[in-house]
Amino acid sequence: MWRIESARVIAGLTRLTRDVGLAEDLAQEALVAALEQWPQSGVPENPGAWLTATAKRRAIDLFRRNAVAQRKHEDLARDLATLERTVPELYSTLDDPIGDDLLRLVFISCHPVLSTESRAALTLRLLGGLTTPEIARAFLTPEPTIAQRIVRAKRTLAEKHIPFEVPGGPELAARLASVLEVIYLIFNEGYSATTGEDLIRPALCEDALRLGRILAELTPREPEVHGLVALMEIQASRTRARISPDGEPILLFAQNRAHWDNLLIRRGLAAIDRARKIGKPRGPYLLQAQLAACHACARTPEETDWPRIVSLYTELATITPSPVIELNRAVAVSMAQGPQAALPLVEALANEPSLAHYHLLPSVQADLLYKLGRQQEARIQFERAASLTQNTRERTLLLARAASCG
Amino acid sequence: MRFMVIVKATPESEKQGSLPDPELMLEMGKYNEELSKAGVLLALDGLHPSSKGARVKFSGKSRTVVDGPFTEAKELIAGFSMLQVKSLEEAIEWVKRAPNCNPGGDSEVEIRQVFEMVDFAPVLTEEQIQHKVERRAKLPNQTADK
Repeated sequence: MWRIESARVIAGLTRLTRDVGLAEDLAQEALVAALEQWPQSGVPENPGAWLTATAKRRAIDLFRRNAVAQRKHEDLARDLATLERTVPELYSTLDDPIGDDLLRLVFISCHPVLSTESRAALTLRLLGGLTTPEIARAFLTPEPTIAQRIVRAKRTLAEKHIPFEVPGGPELAARLASVLEVIYLIFNEGYSATTGEDLIRPALCEDALRLGRILAELTPREPEVHGLVALMEIQASRTRARISPDGEPILLFAQNRAHWDNLLIRRGLAAIDRARKIGKPRGPYLLQAQLAACHACARTPEETDWPRIVSLYTELATITPSPVIELNRAVAVSMAQGPQAALPLVEALANEPSLAHYHLLPSVQADLLYKLGRQQEARIQFERAASLTQNTRERTLLLARAASCG
Repeated sequence: MRFMVIVKATPESEKQGSLPDPELMLEMGKYNEELSKAGVLLALDGLHPSSKGARVKFSGKSRTVVDGPFTEAKELIAGFSMLQVKSLEEAIEWVKRAPNCNPGGDSEVEIRQVFEMVDFAPVLTEEQIQHKVERRAKLPNQTADK
């Protein structure tokens, strides 16, 4: 019940109190009251409305008490004004535009004044309904650290008087990007978990998907939101196929495609469709989702539409230039047009400082050289890649390939 | 985790050419929208009456086809949905909020957990998890907070 209602209750209370921390405390108190009363009185018809009304009454009591205590303070006038504003709300209908409050809660939890880690913790706590121990466990972080992160985040929001609102105009895009970043971070934290890990960690993927789906319903006109949802749905569709029973990751082309989850792939494709129908220019999440869809739609690796992947990477590199994207584009070019076309693209990245220790650069280069019959040069690059990788298994593989160059 | 919510058939849903009552359809639509908005609904579908279906019976190597309709409405299903939620309790809570498919009468919905990869995976021991927490705490920038 808490998981279903908490986000909406907290969102409604934040609008009332203008303080996320206080809103959550009040909601928790209302939950305690519910656990005491409902066994006797029975569960009310609309549990969410009951919780909100109970918490609102407590909020008003609190404001009254504070107002009395602070009579001598200059704040009195302002408190009374708050009181006057809030009391009628208690009696107003309970079907407020809940969705708007929820969206405001998303934006405030992911506000850029907070560090990315704090945003993730606060979002999972307020919107995902996770407890602090659950969040700590999912992020493999000590519980006091997460607790402190959440407390500090709430304090920062209060101290900086961050408004409880949906940003408008040009600010919206930047703020939305911050929200999407947090959701994707939560997803990747779960996605990087391996077989045998605590169940709470992989479940982060589901938490992120749920947050993304909620956001997509709240902001149906934002293609990047659908893009992120699509990207996560398609990546999640490979969960079953991407790790071997002994915990080793299986690369995309070696995965058993029959183990991909078709339900999630269909949902991902539908989300891409929704994004495209909006008719706004596509952003990085939608492009990445479309890249993922190229693989998801190929029944075998041979069926992969490489020319399309090249063109998507080209567009992605234009919007968000990055050497890693260039390297990926080069791999796609080699698949679409052959190693000769791709080699100059890879060689152009040789002096890129951010890739200086990236083992995949020499590894890709070695593979292209090998295919072109330039064995000696390939061997040197395979050995270089082997010296850069942190993964023992991968090193063994690369050294074996180096040895095969003769 | 994923749950399949199985809506059992009623004499009404088994009637030939029957379509659900429009008022019920509207309520169902609202309910499903709630599920969608909460990000928990993965898929849903309704089924035609069993008169449009068939059964294949297996006996050793032989296969016998029996055409519908089938009796005992309670044993038949009329529709299903797939929910992604945190627990059986949450799935139950959602299902309790659904409208009764047989307004004024009896109907039944069954909730079953779907097998997923994690169900086959070994789970780490408490020490292994603690070890990971400690290892991660030593990594730089992990606890950096503004």
